[in-house]
Amino acid sequence: MRGSPLIRALDRGSIAVLVVLIAMAVAVPILNLVLPPSSALHIPTYVVSLLGKYVCYAILALSIDLIWGYCGILSLGHGAFFALGGYAMGMYLMRQIGSRGVYADPILPDFMVFLNWHELPTYWYGFQHFSYAALMVVLVPGLLAFVFGWFAFRSRVTGVYFSIITQALTYALMLGFFRNNFGFGGNNGLTDFKDILGFNIQAETTRVALFSISVVTLAIGFYLCRAIVASKFGMVLVAIRDAESRTRFLGYRVESYKLLVFTLSACMAGIAGALYVPQVGIINPSEFAPGNSIEAVIWVAVGGRGTLSGAIVGALLVNYGKTFFTGGTALSLGWLFGLAPRFIADTPAFAAFKDNFSVIPLSPYWLFLLGGLFVAVTLLLPHGIVGTLQRLSRGRKRPINSEGEPVAGASQTRPAE
Amino acid sequence: MKERMTPALLYLNGVTVAFDGFRALNNLALEVEPGEMRAIIGPNGAGKTTMMDVITGKTRPDTGEVYFDGVHDLTRLDEAQIALLGIGRKFQKPTVFEMHTVEDNLRLALKGNRHARAALFWQETPKEQAAINRLLDVACLGAVRDRVAGTLSHGQKQWLEIGMMLAQDPKLLLVDEPVAGMTDAETRQTAELLKQINRDHTVVVVEHDMAFVRDLNVKVTVLHEGAVIAEGSIDQVSANERVIEVYLGR
Repeated sequence: MRGSPLIRALDRGSIAVLVVLIAMAVAVPILNLVLPPSSALHIPTYVVSLLGKYVCYAILALSIDLIWGYCGILSLGHGAFFALGGYAMGMYLMRQIGSRGVYADPILPDFMVFLNWHELPTYWYGFQHFSYAALMVVLVPGLLAFVFGWFAFRSRVTGVYFSIITQALTYALMLGFFRNNFGFGGNNGLTDFKDILGFNIQAETTRVALFSISVVTLAIGFYLCRAIVASKFGMVLVAIRDAESRTRFLGYRVESYKLLVFTLSACMAGIAGALYVPQVGIINPSEFAPGNSIEAVIWVAVGGRGTLSGAIVGALLVNYGKTFFTGGTALSLGWLFGLAPRFIADTPAFAAFKDNFSVIPLSPYWLFLLGGLFVAVTLLLPHGIVGTLQRLSRGRKRPINSEGEPVAGASQTRPAE
Repeated sequence: MKERMTPALLYLNGVTVAFDGFRALNNLALEVEPGEMRAIIGPNGAGKTTMMDVITGKTRPDTGEVYFDGVHDLTRLDEAQIALLGIGRKFQKPTVFEMHTVEDNLRLALKGNRHARAALFWQETPKEQAAINRLLDVACLGAVRDRVAGTLSHGQKQWLEIGMMLAQDPKLLLVDEPVAGMTDAETRQTAELLKQINRDHTVVVVEHDMAFVRDLNVKVTVLHEGAVIAEGSIDQVSANERVIEVYLGR
């Protein structure tokens, strides 16, 4: 336990994750921009944007894993912080439209003109500046989490009760944002964005740049979470998760630990939302839907709670699955997510097979397929994908104690409920 | 500095705790002098654990005074504040951080800055490392220092928890049934360990095991139905008629 947590954070697995992420941030733009569209390795821009969206979800999943996996705080309202960050970015993007809107008002966004408003509400002031909007992306979710957490943790609201009030929080925000007079575009939300920092938001290069920025942000977020987990603060978080009252009797102020990590996590979720909005081009109140927050928790559970890298894997995999199940056909499902090698796919026998199956779309069944995936993971891999892999490798080479003897039973560690 | 209410390190007077009408503690009075070791015995439901809960801030008494070190009113403080004043507690059922290694358990318990921000940037000093090594020796856990605490035997967990309590360097140790589930040899070793600890700490031991209490050879307080019914040496209290009646039934 010596050395700075910033260095201890970098174990073998974490370095591997960071290398993969940096490689992704560099390789995808090259494969998209440099290679000609005819090349087999060319990545079309719509795929880049789709990947960018997944990466934002991965940042959200990471923020949930930090509090749930390490401190046992199950937030079923993290989508609210994500959406608030998204709205802050959306407000900046709305102000950038200027007179190019349908009603060509230089100050007021279209929806305000439509509602017959004559002045910009005060809470929209300042959002024409990117730096101000960027500050709000972190500040608004952070402040809400701080106030909410202060009351909840001080009153020792824990477990399922905490989860329920976080659901109520995001639901209440959704109802608020649906109202036109709330001043955030009602049920249409904010959309029709034109520029971000002077760059055309539709341009291929902008989309690729946004993707790379998202991946780099994910890498930084991952590293920060690792550093937190590797610090003594992280040790205390796990102690709180496993034996909260014991931690109190040792003199730790449990509520301030929870409050700090919950606020940090909400800020991270806000950043994820802010990166998400320019890539999908819209933010509306449905992002606050309680189901979204629950889904994000499922990503973490699929990838492996309390592993950090599992949160990333889970978010990417489940969202890929979702896209695939809604767009693919039975054929591609049979061929393991469409990864059939060329030499098989080109044979005449396969062509006949393909003709029969490629006409069955998966989209009507996509919810069943996704649900089946969740059930399968819960039953077969209760520790998630990464959690299970870690346990397998730990079982193979058992940890060595200071005398150089293998440690008995050390592989039996299990995350607490 | 406020005027000392009492020279006693721990002072309870008129403490009553009722759960749904059941009086777990009934006008309890107890004084523990600095440097003393006190054994508290009593049949099941006598209120021993509730008394620990009141002292450590887990349960608020309905009425009564609880003072630590003559100046600190424990009924106004929460668990963390009381722990920082210097009261360490060992639970009846050994409670250690099962997912942390033995060494990390001690590290978490070690006296030091408990603030969240300080913990983020904390780095271990050689002094702290030395303190952990010393505690590992005292609790005879050196050989299993890298083991995850959840894999320890019951007796080892009891000792680890005592080690964690020592790591806090408290003025007062509250030890709830330290030898429950231990072998005879372990029980004797634990009695030795507690005597050794008592050289520079005040200790309150709650125990069922009469042989163990006899081994400790200290002043004994007998609780029954939330109140003290006898106090004195083990021979005195075992000769007390009321105590015999309570333990053996009429």
